[in-house]
Amino acid sequence: MPLDKEFKDIPGTIVFDAEQSRKGYWLNQFCMSLMKAENRARFKANERAYLDEWPMSEEQKQAVLARDLNRCIELGGNIYFLAKIGATDGKSFQQMAGSMTGMSEDAYRDMMVKGGRSIEGNRHIGEKK
Amino acid sequence: MAHISASVYTSHVPAVGAALDLGKTGEAYWQPLFAGYEFSKQWEKEQKPDVIFLVFNDHATAFSLDLIPTFAIGTAAEFNPADEGWGPRPVPKVIGHPKLAAHIAQSVIQDDFDLTIVNKMDVDHGLTVPMSLMFGQPQAWPCPVVPFAVNVVQYPVPSGRRCFMLGQAIRKAIESYDEPLNVQIWGTGGMSHQLQGPRAGLINKEFDTMFLDRLIDDPEGLSKVPHIDYVREAGSEGIELVMWLIARGAMSDIDGGRKPTVRHRFYHVPASNTAVGHLILENN
Repeated sequence: MPLDKEFKDIPGTIVFDAEQSRKGYWLNQFCMSLMKAENRARFKANERAYLDEWPMSEEQKQAVLARDLNRCIELGGNIYFLAKIGATDGKSFQQMAGSMTGMSEDAYRDMMVKGGRSIEGNRHIGEKK
Repeated sequence: MAHISASVYTSHVPAVGAALDLGKTGEAYWQPLFAGYEFSKQWEKEQKPDVIFLVFNDHATAFSLDLIPTFAIGTAAEFNPADEGWGPRPVPKVIGHPKLAAHIAQSVIQDDFDLTIVNKMDVDHGLTVPMSLMFGQPQAWPCPVVPFAVNVVQYPVPSGRRCFMLGQAIRKAIESYDEPLNVQIWGTGGMSHQLQGPRAGLINKEFDTMFLDRLIDDPEGLSKVPHIDYVREAGSEGIELVMWLIARGAMSDIDGGRKPTVRHRFYHVPASNTAVGHLILENN
C-alpha cells in the first residue's frame, strides 16, 4: 500500500516507508557494516572497492562517494543508517543534517542557536513563506 | 507488589552524550541544557528507583533492515553500550532485570500486544543518553533497566493511540509483579527535530509546548493525534514523541486514579539539531 498522499505534501521531507526501505536495502546494510572498526578502515582505504562488495546500484554508490545525503535518501537511504558514513568521516549529526540544506556549516549552526528553522512556510509544498 | 512511582520524559540527542563524554558540559553552548537536569539528578538520588522501564528507539544499531520489530522488550541480564560508528560511549554496562522483563512480556502479550523478545541487544544513545542525564557519570548505573525498543525509523510506526494503550498494559503487568519494587517508566526521544533533507533543522516550539501541556492534562486526547501531524509539525524525526505516550499511559490516572504531580518541566533549544524537552511526573 503506498504512503498516504498527505505525506508527500511536506516540503523537503522523504518518509522512510516500506517502499523506500526496499529500494535502499543494500545501501543501508552497507552503512550498517561501518559500525565495525575494521570495516571503517577498509572503506577508508579504498571506498570504491569496498562499495563494489555490495549489490548496490551504481547511482547509490556514486551518491555515497559524493557524500550527497539528499540523493542517498532519495535512493532509499535512511538518515540513521547514513549517519554511519558521517561517523566514519568524523562528522557530527549537525554537520550531516546541515549538509542537506544548502547552507554553510556556520549558517546552519547559527540558525539552530537562534531557535531552528521556522515551521512557518514549511508545512506544505508550494506554501508562501 | 511492584508499583510505578513516576514517569520521566526526555530527549536523547547523541550530541548530549558526546558533550558529557568529552567534558564539554560547562561550555556556554551546553551549560543551559545540563542546568535543566540538575534537579532531576538530585531527585533520582532521593527516589532510589529499583528498576527503570526505559522506552527508547534503536537508531539502526541493534536492528538493521534485516529485522524491524515494532515493540521489543529486552530480557537479557546485561546490555552493552553500542559502537554507533564513533566507538562505544564510555558509560557503564546496562544491567537488565530478566525476571521482571519476562513477567512483563508474559502479561503484556496476553493482553494482546505482540512484543518481540530480545535476549541479545547492544543499546545505543537512545537509551544511554537519558541514563547519563538522569544519573550523571557513575562507575556503575544505580539500578537495573528493562529496555523497551519501539520502531520509529521505518514507517508506519505504531500510532500514538497504540502506544498509549500499551502503556496501560505495562502498568497492569508491573503492578502484578510479586516483589515490592519501585519502578520508574521513562519515555524518551523528540521533541521537534528533522535530520534529513532541505527542511533539516526544523524546530516547532509551539507544537512542543502544546505536546507537553496535553501530555500532562489531556493524554487521552493527545494520543489521537495522527502521524501526519507529528511529521508535518514536529519534523520527520519528531515522530519519536509517540514513545512518550507509552510512559504516560502507565500512570494511574488513566485508570481512574489521581492526576500525577508535575515535579519538573524543562525545555531548551537547541541541542545540535533538536529541541530538548524534559518532564517528571510523580504517580499518585
